[in-house]
Amino acid sequence: MTATATPKTKPLFGADEKKAILDPLWDNNPIALQVLGICSALAVTTKLDAALVMGAGVTAVTAASNVIISLIRNLIPSKIRIIVQLVVVSGAVIAVDQVLRAYMFDLSKQLSVFIGLIITNCIVMGRLEAYAMQNPPGRSLLDGIGNGLGYAWILAVVGAIREIFGSGKLLGMQVVPQGLYEAGYVNNGLMVLAPGAFILLGVIVWVQRAISGYVEK
Amino acid sequence: MIAYEVVSNPSVTSLLDLVAFAPQEEVGNPQGLVSILLKSIFVENILLAFFLGMCSYLAVSKRVDSSLGLGIAVIFVLGLTVPLNWVIEAYVLRPGALAWAGMPDSDLSYLRFLTYIATIAAAVQIVEMAVDKFSPKLYAALGIFLPLIAVNCAILGSSLFMEQRKYDFVQSVVFGLGSGTGWMLAIVSMAAIRWKLRTAHIPAPLKGLGITFITTGLVAMAFMTFSGI
Repeated sequence: MTATATPKTKPLFGADEKKAILDPLWDNNPIALQVLGICSALAVTTKLDAALVMGAGVTAVTAASNVIISLIRNLIPSKIRIIVQLVVVSGAVIAVDQVLRAYMFDLSKQLSVFIGLIITNCIVMGRLEAYAMQNPPGRSLLDGIGNGLGYAWILAVVGAIREIFGSGKLLGMQVVPQGLYEAGYVNNGLMVLAPGAFILLGVIVWVQRAISGYVEK
Repeated sequence: MIAYEVVSNPSVTSLLDLVAFAPQEEVGNPQGLVSILLKSIFVENILLAFFLGMCSYLAVSKRVDSSLGLGIAVIFVLGLTVPLNWVIEAYVLRPGALAWAGMPDSDLSYLRFLTYIATIAAAVQIVEMAVDKFSPKLYAALGIFLPLIAVNCAILGSSLFMEQRKYDFVQSVVFGLGSGTGWMLAIVSMAAIRWKLRTAHIPAPLKGLGITFITTGLVAMAFMTFSGI
């Protein structure tokens, strides 16, 4: 891939590894630039805690399935690779779901179907197709974590903004001072609803692209 | 004659019989079918209220004709897989569902995600092959969209909602078709808007994804006005 010949002993954490984990955080962000995994980015972000848990869940699933697929990448017949990937991903998602049910039952009720929908989250499948099928497990792990985190931070930002402006709270604690309400401030109900989520994500994408200088075609 | 014998046989296990004698622990959802249909198309639009199926929505909504093709394929697959997953849920996965096989205290519900997605992938594959065999014309129109649908979260999401809301068989058919119709409405109207937007002057970083989101937000706001029905 690189023009320079690969040295016999590759450094354990070289340029490729660094690129794998850092690129998706900003330059190649899964939500803002690759346009993957939008569904859950909007659905679970009415509150920050749900957004954080969802981000962690997706990071775990992407990392785990990236490693597993990368380990067996040479054994998978290319015709049935989608099915194999789906099975691996659903296995990882079932594990996440069971852990959430056991330790955070309330949140798992609140996230309801969206934990299950990590299976069809395009980030997971997209990274499996684009990265894990061609790269060794170590780098795939980093790529999985990087993409999961790139997804999680956008989720956290959207979740924080929607919770602050939608209900005046952050992680369940009041942050908008009571005095402001007495002075006539009202929570913006639209933020908690679907249209608010769409518009807010649109604005975030706008800001991210304005800074990173990416322009669509 | 054979058909008559089958119908008159009380121990027949056709699909309809299975449905009639389904294990019903709960009374079921009291909602009427029309209300489920209208709700799933307009008020609780799977795309605009639950954000499901966004990926293919963003990718395909650039042209009206291809989004119409994808919309029809989604209606078709949803109308098929939601009831199919209902049958699997009722006879295999639910706690105690395997009573008919002599295992009354089985609980396979932790396998739900895996089973649903496998069913969907298999159904999509079979539909694709069947359409290819029996109607090459339809295949040419839908063909490229069908494999995409297996990983469309609207499909899996509808099946999961069906399970969560405890619909019965007929309700799940109506819900599947309604969700599909709502999705198609949303993507076709969006494609029409984007077609017009091509010539508009939009700030460069807002082009594409950004403006599409903001427009979708406005469309979603319009759909919210249906909630009074």
